[in-house]
Amino acid sequence: MNTPIQQNFLNLAARAQQALQQRANGHRIVIQVGSATCEHAAGSNEVLEEFRKHVAASQREDILLRQTGCTGRCSREPIVGVMIPGQMPVKYERVNRQMVHEIFTTHIQKGTPLLKHILDGPVEKVARYELLVCGSARCGWRGQKLRGPLGEKLQAAGLGPDEVRVTAASCFGACGADSAGVSTHILVRPDKVLYRVQNDADLDEVIREHLVGGRIVERLRVKAEPVSQEFFELYGDVAFFNRQNRIALRHNGVIDPNSIEEYFHYQGFLALAKALQHQPDWVVDEVTKSNLRGRGGGGYPTGQKWRMGAEAKDPVRYLICNADEGDPGAFMDRSMLESDPFNVVEGMLIGGYAIGAQRGFFYIRAEYPLAVERIENAIRQCREYGLLGKKILGSDFDFDLEIRLGAGAFVCGEETALIHSIEGERGQPRVRPPFPTQSGLWGKPTVINNVETFANVPVIIQFGADWFRRIGTAQSGGTKVFALAGKVTHTGLVEVPMGTTLQEVVQEIGGGSPGGKQIKAVQTGGPAGGCIPAKWLDLRIDYDTLNKAGSIMGSGGMIVLDESDCMVDIAKFFVKFSEDESCGKCTPCREGTKRMAEILDRITTGQGTLEDLDRLERLARLIKKSSLCGLGRAAPNPVLSTLEHFREEYLAHVTQQRCPAKRCVALVRYEINEPKCVGCTVCAKNCPVECISGARREPHVIDQLRCIKCGRCFEVCRFNAVNRL
Amino acid sequence: MSIRTDNWEQVQATAEAALTPAIVEYIAQCRQSCEPASHLIGVLHKVQSHFGYLGREQLDAVAQLLQVPAAKVAGVASFYHFFRLQPRGQFIINVCLGTACYVKGADRVAQKVMDELGITWGETTKDGIFTLEGSRCLGTCGLAPVIMVGNEVHGNVTPDQVPVILDKYLEKARKGSAA
Repeated sequence: MNTPIQQNFLNLAARAQQALQQRANGHRIVIQVGSATCEHAAGSNEVLEEFRKHVAASQREDILLRQTGCTGRCSREPIVGVMIPGQMPVKYERVNRQMVHEIFTTHIQKGTPLLKHILDGPVEKVARYELLVCGSARCGWRGQKLRGPLGEKLQAAGLGPDEVRVTAASCFGACGADSAGVSTHILVRPDKVLYRVQNDADLDEVIREHLVGGRIVERLRVKAEPVSQEFFELYGDVAFFNRQNRIALRHNGVIDPNSIEEYFHYQGFLALAKALQHQPDWVVDEVTKSNLRGRGGGGYPTGQKWRMGAEAKDPVRYLICNADEGDPGAFMDRSMLESDPFNVVEGMLIGGYAIGAQRGFFYIRAEYPLAVERIENAIRQCREYGLLGKKILGSDFDFDLEIRLGAGAFVCGEETALIHSIEGERGQPRVRPPFPTQSGLWGKPTVINNVETFANVPVIIQFGADWFRRIGTAQSGGTKVFALAGKVTHTGLVEVPMGTTLQEVVQEIGGGSPGGKQIKAVQTGGPAGGCIPAKWLDLRIDYDTLNKAGSIMGSGGMIVLDESDCMVDIAKFFVKFSEDESCGKCTPCREGTKRMAEILDRITTGQGTLEDLDRLERLARLIKKSSLCGLGRAAPNPVLSTLEHFREEYLAHVTQQRCPAKRCVALVRYEINEPKCVGCTVCAKNCPVECISGARREPHVIDQLRCIKCGRCFEVCRFNAVNRL
Repeated sequence: MSIRTDNWEQVQATAEAALTPAIVEYIAQCRQSCEPASHLIGVLHKVQSHFGYLGREQLDAVAQLLQVPAAKVAGVASFYHFFRLQPRGQFIINVCLGTACYVKGADRVAQKVMDELGITWGETTKDGIFTLEGSRCLGTCGLAPVIMVGNEVHGNVTPDQVPVILDKYLEKARKGSAA
């Protein structure tokens, strides 16, 4: 017997399903093109247009052209997926207009995938089957141990690597409390079947029946669909993705972000219906038990914050989603808002119910126009379906959402400043307590959470707190999304369980440093974080471990720095950022960041003294202690962490007037190495100030007095004859 | 010109003349909501997206119509980086100065733009076509270094590509003025 709420939910889901079926009428082949700010920048709009023309010209009516969000694989965009029933889904990278023609004529018309353009390829052959074996440490590496014998068994059954590919994947999240450590999971692509395998006999049966015979082994099949199965079905062959654990980003690149019907199709709003059938208290308890901590950077336990909001005296309460993603180098919130907006909206609905709020606000930065558009659309569609407004799903819960725009102030990421900004004031923080959970927006109890925090809520409710907690560490449940960028081969969004090592993220998923340069440090947490030296790469990522290392989790920016990056210069970059963004309310931050920047300027131009280093350190500690809000208190972190781990670089600048990374312009010098110079005149032609002289076929000379040290000659010389000293 | 009368009809007419009917309508809607003053930033966004910047006249008009002190409007407009108080060029060149872009050489790209156009941060070219600005982070770090011209983002930009990109927009500007 269904409860009325359950029945209302099922009716809506059925309505969505019907709309989807009408839309998919007769379509067999699906072409999907990525659509997000980053995809557009890479040219995905032109690609979509070109596909549209081709589909129209071919007069085929069995092709569905659809848009999805972004998977977070920015450096390979635009990404195009081609799904033909019964075949492995194929994704192409860096697609342009010319390739569209090739893909259409060769793959779609003739059925032959273009191997050289495949995402993270090229591959030699698309295998008939691919087995993704769970390689998660949590199951005691059972999957890992299985892979050796599995290869032998496949060989014995006459299935070579061309036929069946075996890949290690991260956790599918399919283990219940009973099956963890006993069995392992294998996903068979493209048939979308997940098996739970316990022993050799099970394995033999899967190979014999399914891979050779083509019959699904129902006995071993996992009936329930685990959280990231759709994602793995589509992207499981890509090494960058299959070592990740996609929970908050599970729909990115899978669903159409503009369609509430598709979100329903992927079990959307199931968690909301479940929550509404329980008391708000139950929801708060679940979130508390899940060990979910604030993903905005502070790491405050979300359940505890909700509890305070729910227990506030005033019945008028507000909920805010902080989407003022201001950290340079972080873009996971943008990606979630643009690629899976309904998930964040559902998270807010559940949060609103839990704390008893009537109104919710999205505070989104104005620099993200597409995210604003997608959330606006999501709110509109939710209202149409009665998921926002009065008596949601027939319960007594009334809730509505509004969007408020930021206007480019980093400090508005701070809770109290953000509240002022929504109120239409200057975004300046105030002293806490009272905390916003007691007195926030318009003096009412207000709970503020980050986008990623809300994105995790629906899965916690749907799959249970115990499941979520087991993914992370003892102190912190679930996964964290990082925006991996800088000097690393594969850049993009990486979602891994809490407790994963930096090494795994940077080397295994990120592919290490391109060009074989030595990685020097990893910067986490943006301007409020610090630099973790390469020797600590085996650090397990968690709020507490990063704090101990002198950095912070922050919102998840992760910038890899190599030997050509000067750590003093990096510290200066962040301090100048904080100086610029300081709101000016309290003196330690306003004046302190300015003085720190001045000292760093002196050091990077070779005018620093040893006393400057002491002064810098003392000042940094003082600012940390005495600033009003998080911005000021964290602003010295980049300085303190680099002073601690890379003091020798500071000393080289101060005592030898030398920049070891050869990055600080004032301290480098360009000279021509006479024996190597063939007199090709390329450097002289490219010099913007014409300070290089010399006859043709004779060694050239740089006039040091006129040289502006732009480094152009160093870049253009094909004979390595220009030395940077 | 600021408003120098306390006759409300005149004040209202002057204020409405300084804005567009759509913005006036939006402000009227905001006045209907529970906290009208909280929509100040939203109104300023609308004004800037239409006029390209927030002029003195527009700020006064917003203050009058939204019934918020002019000092507060000016305070808010000058606090946030996103708001401009001076007119800008037809195309805004936004060089991303985020961390990822910085380590991948955004400074050299910016320098090339400055050399090509003869302007520095915050300045507009004499022909009124380009304004150069720096942005905190455009959120497309995977494509670093990134510049945004108008609403279009260009990724993996090298200094050598800068003249080609600028030419494209010069061409657009020329076509626009010819039409």
